[in-house]
Amino acid sequence: MNALGLLRDVKELKRLKSELKKEKREKFVSVCGDTGCSVWDSKKVDEVFRRVLEEKGLSEEIPVKSTGCLGFCECGPVVIVFPEEIFYQKVNEEDVEEIVEETVVKGKVVERLLYHDPREDKKIVKASDIPFYKKQVRNLLGDNWLIDPGSIVDYFSREGYAAAAKAFTEMSPEEVINEIKEARLRGRGGAGFPTGVKWEECFTKNVENKYIICNADEGDPGAFMDRSILEGNPHSVLEGMMIGGYATGSNHGIVYIREEYPTALEKVKNAILKARETGMLGENILNSGFDFDITVSVGAGAFVCGETSALVNSIEGKVGEPRQKPPHLAEKGLYGKPTVVNNVETLANVPRIIRWGAEEFARAGSKNSGGTKIFSLVGKIRNTGLVEVPLGLPLREIIYEIGGGIKGGGHLKAVQTGGPSGGCLPGYMLDIPTDFEELDAAGSMMGSGGMIVMDYGTCMVEFSRYFLSFLSGESCGKCFSCREGIYRMLEIVEEVAAGTATLSHLDLLEELGEMVKNTTMCGLGKTSANPVLSTLKFFKGEYLAHIMENRCPAGVCRALVTVFINQELCSGCGVCRKKCPEEAITGEKKEPHYIEKALCSKCGICIESCPEEAITRA
Amino acid sequence: MVILFGFTLNGFEVLAWENMSILEVAGFYGIEIPTLCFMEGLSPYGGCRLCLVEVGPVGKSRLVTSCTYPAREGIEVRTHSQKVLQQRRMLLELYVAACPSSKWLQDLASKHHVTEVRFKPKGEECILCGRCVRMCREQMMGEAIGYVDRGTQRRITTPFDKKSEDCRLCGGCMYVCPVCQLRCQGPKEKSTLCSSCLNLYPPCAEKFEEVMCYMDPCAACELEKG
Repeated sequence: MNALGLLRDVKELKRLKSELKKEKREKFVSVCGDTGCSVWDSKKVDEVFRRVLEEKGLSEEIPVKSTGCLGFCECGPVVIVFPEEIFYQKVNEEDVEEIVEETVVKGKVVERLLYHDPREDKKIVKASDIPFYKKQVRNLLGDNWLIDPGSIVDYFSREGYAAAAKAFTEMSPEEVINEIKEARLRGRGGAGFPTGVKWEECFTKNVENKYIICNADEGDPGAFMDRSILEGNPHSVLEGMMIGGYATGSNHGIVYIREEYPTALEKVKNAILKARETGMLGENILNSGFDFDITVSVGAGAFVCGETSALVNSIEGKVGEPRQKPPHLAEKGLYGKPTVVNNVETLANVPRIIRWGAEEFARAGSKNSGGTKIFSLVGKIRNTGLVEVPLGLPLREIIYEIGGGIKGGGHLKAVQTGGPSGGCLPGYMLDIPTDFEELDAAGSMMGSGGMIVMDYGTCMVEFSRYFLSFLSGESCGKCFSCREGIYRMLEIVEEVAAGTATLSHLDLLEELGEMVKNTTMCGLGKTSANPVLSTLKFFKGEYLAHIMENRCPAGVCRALVTVFINQELCSGCGVCRKKCPEEAITGEKKEPHYIEKALCSKCGICIESCPEEAITRA
Repeated sequence: MVILFGFTLNGFEVLAWENMSILEVAGFYGIEIPTLCFMEGLSPYGGCRLCLVEVGPVGKSRLVTSCTYPAREGIEVRTHSQKVLQQRRMLLELYVAACPSSKWLQDLASKHHVTEVRFKPKGEECILCGRCVRMCREQMMGEAIGYVDRGTQRRITTPFDKKSEDCRLCGGCMYVCPVCQLRCQGPKEKSTLCSSCLNLYPPCAEKFEEVMCYMDPCAACELEKG
């Protein structure tokens, strides 16, 4: 194929696409190159694949794609062989030769690397037949396994930039906004504000130099939706921004990424360069008379900078503190100009709405919000990973049918939605649909889509302590109520965990939580009490057990548990004695050992090291 | 031309003009709203949260800081509703717990009938209201001090904690500090919460015939000292 040149108008874009269709390669190998699988050395697997194919002289015929997140992180490193879509899990360097030999050359399946479905007890060959993928609607993530994020050609071959071309040449900004409104697209960053309304507000301002910002400052512990979109399909976000720029009348887009996402940063920068080279960004895009360019702004990784006005301050080079609203950003945003800030996932949805039409897009989704939502399913769940489901799907289906249930055969205790500011819902509330309003009413929130599943080994007091300590460090510290309120809540929860709290502390905790919720300025502070308030609502018994009985039901809070050796089971091997960092374990060889209570720090190393499983914590 | 418009303040129809904050309007009509970080001549900051007022109809209202919230036509504002007072009291309790040595905070706590402090006193010396930072920047054109770090680690200092060349030692920062002034040495022993001015018969009022409490500074306490 000819080298990609500048595409001057829509005709040239269409010609390129028909060329690409002709040359389309059916056979290729996708190796997940995203962070989750890289931890399991997927980079090496990728290298070996390239080397082996090279040796066999197949590298021209069968390309290897280092893709973004394929979603099923539990099974990493994941390799999918196309066109048969054969899904191989936990692939080692040593397995590569066999896969090439058997699957790529002979077209056979390597049985031992297939995914094993524990429920039906059988091996599954095709990726889309795996229950984890089968139940999902992968509008956004579906392209990830077909696309090399570094290649704009791959994106073009998947209808890339067709939506932008359609919007620029066939639609007016009002029509674009109407389409977005009809699609019922709502902000995926947490608040769920209707995107169409946001754009309209900015569009109606008759000012030069407006800005559209992509908020990629994803900072929730355990959430990686935005990162995976940026790393897996960066052009879809850029295209969404272009369309957003066209609809709001702004010519300048900014992607705000945290420095902790080096891969995403690199891929976005690369994508912007490629888009400029092909004329998708720049002046007079596709001869439509519309100019648009995107720059990247790197944040220092403050959680609070995910709040839109703090983000704007950070781009301006000021301290990342939220601004008082009103005035809203649509009136007075970046450098005093009307500004729209959209989440990565929101923007990635935009090209699909324009391409498919609002009706088709909103077919998936609930009454109030259309489309799909990506959740990062983590915690004590069998299938950790990214799942994309239509909005409104009940939590139970996400957890049990896609997530495969609780890891280790335990029982579900609670699920937290919405990141550190979200609340947690007990097992009996799993039938509520994942919708902005429904989750809010239940005392949690949609948030950006983190979903942490907990079993009975998780202590809810420890849970709220963890999130409070996260938030007390991440609060910007401007509002006294947030800074001091979170600190004091943490102080009380720590006392509960230490068993020194009294009943009046619980009332005080609740009162404090309400105060912080009511009196702080920005979203961080307003929601920071959610973990405490929701655990107090649904799991008060656990707090009471800590206070009244000095007992931690989950056996987690160190101050309230003791570690002891079952004298009948202990063989006296002495492994625990050697491992104990506090030298708290004593005993003669081949005689039962015992733990000196005063010295024991309850770290639990002995429990893990004991070959006889004679040591327990209670 | 100044355009006047009306809105409801504590049930009364009041008039205001553009760019006036609720705090200013309330002050004009003689309604006192406690403040800490607000100071005339400095830009409003909205960090101390003490000037909270309730905006919106009952049931759908929210709390906003009156120093930064612009008065708008037709809004409904309550400055001393139960919701406001409750949160203000909680805030003051937290303030006193953080910084029990400040007279200003103790006086405010007494005024708002804060009768107990249920937190461990911290004995901090700064509440990060930022008056000094704004004073230095906006009135003294110094910009010698600013905020460092975030969350509970946040503090006010010079760049890199070194002596600043921009500081002219004018002392403006100290002059505006609301918590530098130490609390009065009343007849009672020092506790976290002073609350000596709280009741109508404060211990000092029994001794001194002519003084009334709620005075700022508390005359009885001053006399007792000297």
